[in-house]
Amino acid sequence: MTPLAAGIGRSALVIEIGGIPIRLHTDDPAFRKLLEQRYAGFVSTTSEVRFDFQIELMPPQTISPDEDVRVHWDSGRWSMERGDFRAEWDPAAASGRIRQTANPYSIDSVLRILHTLLLATEGGFLVHAASAVRNGRAFLFAGLSGAGKTTIARLAPADATLLTDEISYVRRLNDDYYAFGTPFTGELARLGENIRAPLGALYLLVQGRENKIEPISPADAARGLLANILFFARDPKLVQSVFHAACAFTDRVPVRQLTFLPDARVWEMIA
Amino acid sequence: MSGKCYIARSSQTAARLLGEEMVIISAGDPRVFSLNEVATVIWEAADGRTPLDEIIADRVCAEFEVTPQVALKDAEELVQELSSHGILLVSDQPIVRPASPPRETP
Repeated sequence: MTPLAAGIGRSALVIEIGGIPIRLHTDDPAFRKLLEQRYAGFVSTTSEVRFDFQIELMPPQTISPDEDVRVHWDSGRWSMERGDFRAEWDPAAASGRIRQTANPYSIDSVLRILHTLLLATEGGFLVHAASAVRNGRAFLFAGLSGAGKTTIARLAPADATLLTDEISYVRRLNDDYYAFGTPFTGELARLGENIRAPLGALYLLVQGRENKIEPISPADAARGLLANILFFARDPKLVQSVFHAACAFTDRVPVRQLTFLPDARVWEMIA
Repeated sequence: MSGKCYIARSSQTAARLLGEEMVIISAGDPRVFSLNEVATVIWEAADGRTPLDEIIADRVCAEFEVTPQVALKDAEELVQELSSHGILLVSDQPIVRPASPPRETP
């Protein structure tokens, strides 16, 4: 190993979410350690990465935590900004730069945005949904805050493998849809398993007085999915890509409304 | 509205017929819009070249049991609503810029 390669090996960390390895470079050993802990189970040893990102740590006083996320495309680059980070990504060069303070939340946001942009070009998406694998198939439980994602995840039986209780990762591979585990956690604060499984169904969550699964119209399915897809950029081409990705998904994957009581019997209907 | 009214689908939108509903999303608005059957006919005919009153006479009144006066009044309200959300362009002159396709085929 050359001295340069040895140096890269010490400072770089590959985080593979959704089967997409992204290498993060940091000169700060403590921050690297923090990343290893934050993304335990998603750290990869592969040398074949899709993108390289250089992380530049900023002093804490540069934070403006009240700013909203801004994502825009300009001159061949994506820019992503919030009060606590500024990032650029050049897809053609397969590289980018992140400036942030030494905390795990900023990089988490950058990775979420980055993956939504990546997936939009491939027919996939990140969606506000808990997900789990049971009997070899993945099931998504979608809903915004308070819909019951964490509750469903908490009630999952022992034979179900949790992929996430908050942000589900969906990819289209060879015309089939797969759900991947993610490190993006909600109230459970438990990382999903880093596995994938073909999608069995998407359930739109409604809390009610009984457990029941009901069919919904194709338009309601698309509306329900679109309402839960993570969307950061208002770029017209990207919006159109996400819209058509959602419609294509609802063409192939059963979408149902799941009304449920907060008890474990709801899982008797999920298999 | 007085005089001729021309309408065109905004290129900032994406639309698809799902079941009997035309579902539309706009880059400038986070909401998802749905059109019923009559509104879908108007949306699909919004090529920027055909005046709204001709769309009503030739398409809407030909397919649905409604008088031209009632249909035109309803259509004008619809056009104003869709225009306010940026998903339909409205002009008193033909709109020559390319508009989005009426729907995406699956």
